[in-house]
Amino acid sequence: MLSFIARRVLQAFVVMAVVSLVSFSLFNFVGDPVNNMVGQEASREDRLQIREELGLNDPIVIQFARFLGNAVQGEFGLSYRIRRPVSELIAERIPATLELVFVSALVALGLGIPFGVYTGIKRGTFASSTVLTVSLVGVSLPTFIIGIGLIYLFAVYLGWLPSSGRRGVEEIGWWRTSFLSIDGWRSIILPALTLSLFQVTMILRLVRAEMLEVMRTDYIKFARARGLSEQKINYGVALRNTLVPVITIVGLNVGGLIAFSVITETVFQWPGTGLMFIQAVDFVDIPIMAAYLCFVALIFVLINLVVDILYFVIDPRLRLSGGR
Amino acid sequence: MAREEIGKSEAAPASSLETGYERLGFWARIADNDVTYSFLRSPLVMAAAGITVTFILAAVFAPLVAPFDPFDPTQISLWDGKLPPAWVQGSNPAYFLGTDDQGRDLFSTILYGGRISLLVGFAAVFLSMALGIGLGVAAGYLGGWFDAFVMRLADVQLTIPGILTAILINGIARSVLPIELRDELAIYVVILAIGFSDWPQFARVTRAAALVEAEKEYIQAARVIGLRPFIIIVRHILPNVLRPALVLATIGLALAIIAEATLSFLGQGVPPTTPSLGTLIRIGNDYLFSGLWWITLFPALALVTLVLAVNLLGDWLRDALNPKLR
Repeated sequence: MLSFIARRVLQAFVVMAVVSLVSFSLFNFVGDPVNNMVGQEASREDRLQIREELGLNDPIVIQFARFLGNAVQGEFGLSYRIRRPVSELIAERIPATLELVFVSALVALGLGIPFGVYTGIKRGTFASSTVLTVSLVGVSLPTFIIGIGLIYLFAVYLGWLPSSGRRGVEEIGWWRTSFLSIDGWRSIILPALTLSLFQVTMILRLVRAEMLEVMRTDYIKFARARGLSEQKINYGVALRNTLVPVITIVGLNVGGLIAFSVITETVFQWPGTGLMFIQAVDFVDIPIMAAYLCFVALIFVLINLVVDILYFVIDPRLRLSGGR
Repeated sequence: MAREEIGKSEAAPASSLETGYERLGFWARIADNDVTYSFLRSPLVMAAAGITVTFILAAVFAPLVAPFDPFDPTQISLWDGKLPPAWVQGSNPAYFLGTDDQGRDLFSTILYGGRISLLVGFAAVFLSMALGIGLGVAAGYLGGWFDAFVMRLADVQLTIPGILTAILINGIARSVLPIELRDELAIYVVILAIGFSDWPQFARVTRAAALVEAEKEYIQAARVIGLRPFIIIVRHILPNVLRPALVLATIGLALAIIAEATLSFLGQGVPPTTPSLGTLIRIGNDYLFSGLWWITLFPALALVTLVLAVNLLGDWLRDALNPKLR
């Protein structure tokens, strides 16, 4: 158990080291950081002075060490474009992204698991093959097209919901939330739905496949032979046994949600970290790009780690084989 | 687990060789094939194949099929901009699906756009396949530090979803290029970005398959007669690991087409002067609120149909090539 966790933690550190190396090289090899900061008019002396102030004349190893030291404290310097600390900008925008991801994950689970169980049990009926066909279409639809479609239907055509932006935001300390007002909920529905649809289909198909596997096993036959009710077999025995892979995939997908929020946030102009990242890419705002890269990698690594450990706790077979 | 599956699938064609199979002609052999049989049994898959082939043909022969050339400024006039499709009031029948904001015929632009989408899709998949298979086979056969290095690299890259990697590579590459070359080279940058973001999948699959193959007797025989590792990898291992990679490539094609459209939609892909389907949707999206729905709808429909057809083909191919499911 301990050696398993230790190995995973070590792996996580390796991943983070590589990612921060990539982030660091962004700073140094993409354009001239000084040019990016001062604009065309600055004199030669000014530039040299800024170079010295930024420590760009130090050896590369020292620069990397300094970068690492700052990164660990969440410090990525000033945004080239907005000229404010990147850490501040990210902290401002994290609530929007996390709330969006949270609602989408709930939607994905709430729709994916019941439909998956249903299509797994009622195989070959008209309703379940319809659900499956629709889900295949769902996998093929790019996120941004789903978003545009929903905007057109609910905002332009029906006029029920706002088309973009994050309205009705209330403040709880530094956390700005959409959950406390009707306007907030109205603006989060469409982006959250857009972001969740792909996950719904993934979870649905996964739960269905697992249900089919489990329904064939001996212990289900045995449960039938004992005369347990269908209800109890389906939800008490079968569903519980499908949950291990589902937890893994759902866990890993939370990371995917954060990544795909880049697209959803752009479509809906949702003021989260994803939109900030795309704007940063447009303006080659390296500090934000680097920070976002590290931020996403960190979230992924943490989720991977937690899922691995959860997996280990849930599945006794893994414990016996020592995690391999 | 995965290794066993691949091992089994390799055993299937070998047994059919003894039944006079090889004496059949090329076409007869195709007609007698399990995969062909499963293809002919499924109308949905045949429809998907038909749609995919139509798209490819339309893309290749776009200059012959399209009524207008959207890249020829003499054929475009702003006066004809934003015309609705032929069946809506206020349209010009010459433009069947209407025109975009600059007066380009939408049908022709979609044909040329599909060309770019497919070109980028195929090229990107080919790139990630070449990279992934090359690294995967070498890692599986050579083992040791090379294997460890390649697989750790794949692990790190798989930590971050492909589309994000693609956006990042694309953004960095664009910012390194001089401004006047950015639009001109955009399409190659996109291909590189998508290609480099998807190789780990291929590397993992082929590495697993190569590990299985490397243990087999014919490889040991090849080693005993003193063939160089390079020859063994290319001549003997490579042909035997291509099958699982091919299935991945079909699904990868759909993903690459989506990735290109997404990049272009985000404004990071090919420029509006040579629009791909994603660029067209981006342009249309700006006019959605003014009620110009057709600029978005038709390219989006084309994109979704294409991706759906390719996905269906990929799904079917995966099942048809998996002997366990027969």
